[in-house]
Amino acid sequence: MTSLSSTPSQRPEALGPQTGEHGASEHPGEHHGDHRMFGLATFLVADGMTFAGFFAAYLTFRAVNPLPSGSTYELELLLPTLNTVLLLVSSFTFHRAGSALRRNDGDGCQRWLLITAALGFSFLAGQMKEYFSLPFGLTDNLFASTFYAITGFHGLHVTLGGLMILIVWWQSRQGGRVRGGDPFPLEAAELYWHFVDGIWVVLYGILYLL
Amino acid sequence: MTLTLSPPSATAPPLQPQGWLRYLSFSTDHKVIGLQYLVCGFIFYLVGGALAGAIRTELLTPISDFLPRETYNEVLTLHGTVMIFLWIVPVVNGAFGNYLIPFYVGARDMAFPRLNAVAFWLIPPAGLLLISSYFIASAAQSGWTAYPPLSLTTPATGQIIWILSVLLLGGSSIFGGINFIATILKLRRPGLKLMQMPMYCWAMLGTSILVVLSTPVLAGTLVLLSFDIIAHTGFFNPSLGGNAVVYQHLFWFYSHPAVYIMVLPAFGLVSEILPVHARKPLFGYTTMVYSIMGIVFLGLIVWAHHMFTSGTPPWMRLFFTIATSFIAVPTGIKFFNWLATLWGGKIALNSAMLFSCGFILNFVFGGITGVALAQVPFDIHVHDTYFVVGHFHYIVYGGTVFVIFASIYHWYPKVTGRMLNEPLGRLHFLLTFVGFNLCFAPQHWMGLNGMPRRVAEYDPQFELINQVSSVGALLMAVSTLPFLVNVILSAFRGEPAGDNPWNALTPEWLTSSPPPVENWHGEAPLVHEPYGYGVEPGSLSLAATSGRDLWSAGDPERKP
Repeated sequence: MTSLSSTPSQRPEALGPQTGEHGASEHPGEHHGDHRMFGLATFLVADGMTFAGFFAAYLTFRAVNPLPSGSTYELELLLPTLNTVLLLVSSFTFHRAGSALRRNDGDGCQRWLLITAALGFSFLAGQMKEYFSLPFGLTDNLFASTFYAITGFHGLHVTLGGLMILIVWWQSRQGGRVRGGDPFPLEAAELYWHFVDGIWVVLYGILYLL
Repeated sequence: MTLTLSPPSATAPPLQPQGWLRYLSFSTDHKVIGLQYLVCGFIFYLVGGALAGAIRTELLTPISDFLPRETYNEVLTLHGTVMIFLWIVPVVNGAFGNYLIPFYVGARDMAFPRLNAVAFWLIPPAGLLLISSYFIASAAQSGWTAYPPLSLTTPATGQIIWILSVLLLGGSSIFGGINFIATILKLRRPGLKLMQMPMYCWAMLGTSILVVLSTPVLAGTLVLLSFDIIAHTGFFNPSLGGNAVVYQHLFWFYSHPAVYIMVLPAFGLVSEILPVHARKPLFGYTTMVYSIMGIVFLGLIVWAHHMFTSGTPPWMRLFFTIATSFIAVPTGIKFFNWLATLWGGKIALNSAMLFSCGFILNFVFGGITGVALAQVPFDIHVHDTYFVVGHFHYIVYGGTVFVIFASIYHWYPKVTGRMLNEPLGRLHFLLTFVGFNLCFAPQHWMGLNGMPRRVAEYDPQFELINQVSSVGALLMAVSTLPFLVNVILSAFRGEPAGDNPWNALTPEWLTSSPPPVENWHGEAPLVHEPYGYGVEPGSLSLAATSGRDLWSAGDPERKP
């Protein structure tokens, strides 16, 4: 009962959010733990619920709203399957980047991050190619609208994730924040990236395979 | 990602303004943010109240003579949106949650102070955006539910601004919810167990779970609705092959839990106020906790009871009727727990207590009509009538707003260090209670006799009863005056309150009034029994509580 710290803080230098206004605290030595990963995980639950709403809407549309004649729920599978593989591999490469950082192999970490970003942007390029080859546009029918809305919303997530990876890559250069002992940006981007990949797997199952 | 912002430097210069200017700043102090939420919310309450006044004035006569019809639709849409998204939700969650939760868990601030400030500062622009739509083009006219196809055929500009505003407010709500969950689960002072937290913590934990799970669904739905309006997709447009009922499902998946987002924190607040002024422990702490979590679970699976007339299949009607009726069980447990808390207590019938008792009375009435509305045959009879309006306002005004006022009377001495004027407070209660019941009780009768809601013109047989209702609304408007005079004058001239005028045991009272910037001058006290009232006087000392277990110096027989 002598200290207020609820968990022993491993990274006291990373406590920006907890000190805020009270930087010159009259209670030095007291630190709240670092709960940013917990906060991010809670946010991803919320983000996941947005996708859950979209999937529920799509499945209900599909169950009760017949498409106009000539339209179909069938999609070309080759490119999206390739894209799925790209994302799954990118999750693995991101994991390798994290392991490299934990081994103090900063250059290896940066290399794996670049590979991950390249895979992510290749996914986006593949998505673009698919969009341009599809036989329907945004407003053609209910399936078309839902397809573009869901894959577009996911693509937005991939874009943000790709930018995050580039930022983390910059921060993990020699003397950068990540290599300087605060792995939070890398861990946060990694959790987010795995989340986006997981959403894609569900999306692929529901939109393409079902 | 806002969550990842954090400069590694721990010695930020104190750039933030001091004094009253900090209330207009991007302050990260949870107490400042709480008051920002409260005052901002109250300003929007006055706006929403003025809009309600316009509605009740229009309804004085059966013909549409006070406002143009389109304006009437805009006014009722703005009234609902302002009151729900800018007054009730921010105040009962953001204001009291931010002020009290860090005290209750023994922390010096929220888990993410900067995210907290961002969450607050999304609200004023969102509110101004919403209200500005009335002046820019025309405000949304499709009600706070924005059901398509109505929302697709009314003027688009106002509807789009409405969507943008609600998206901002939803974002604010989600950020707040994340912060509350992290603070309650992760920032508890060592030694404080979950089952020893004050009840408001549990209420806010449950509410925040609902916020995090359901608000994103509304956000996604409104994005699809805006596609329908701007890009002419057909998600919810039957004439383009879409499905309007899917919108209703997704909308109510948020908006039914939203009722609990509005009322669960009020349950928590009233559970803090009653024991203090009845000098008795809160009855049935454990059952209270489980009923909150029961309401959270059930609240997520009852949404389609709003849609019994939307062509819902029989199995769905059956399921949602049963699930909804079940909610009466945890709610009833809480109601009887409050009564048992009061039973045999040394009740101080001050303004805070009067508003709390008013809440219990109003809420049980609104709860009973709620169970009635869950029954399909009855619901089909009164759907979209004034019965629903009456029921809803009994829950949200008679329930939550009464508790907001009770809380202001209860915590004003803590926030300002001065007492509110008691006779003015009682006058405020009397006017509010009479006015509220006069306004909304007759609406049940109107609804049962078939007066539809959301219309400016009605059958002349309802003229007298509508005038009675409008007189009640006028009394409610008048009741705001003694309150405003009271809070403004007492801030300067009120009787000094001392640190703990109510001799309360919850942690926020065990520091100075108003509290210092990081809440306690020394360490936070450990309060194992926040409701340990009724012990022999003198057996526990409320002075010099810093850092110690409140009960260790008290009665040695009491085990924490």
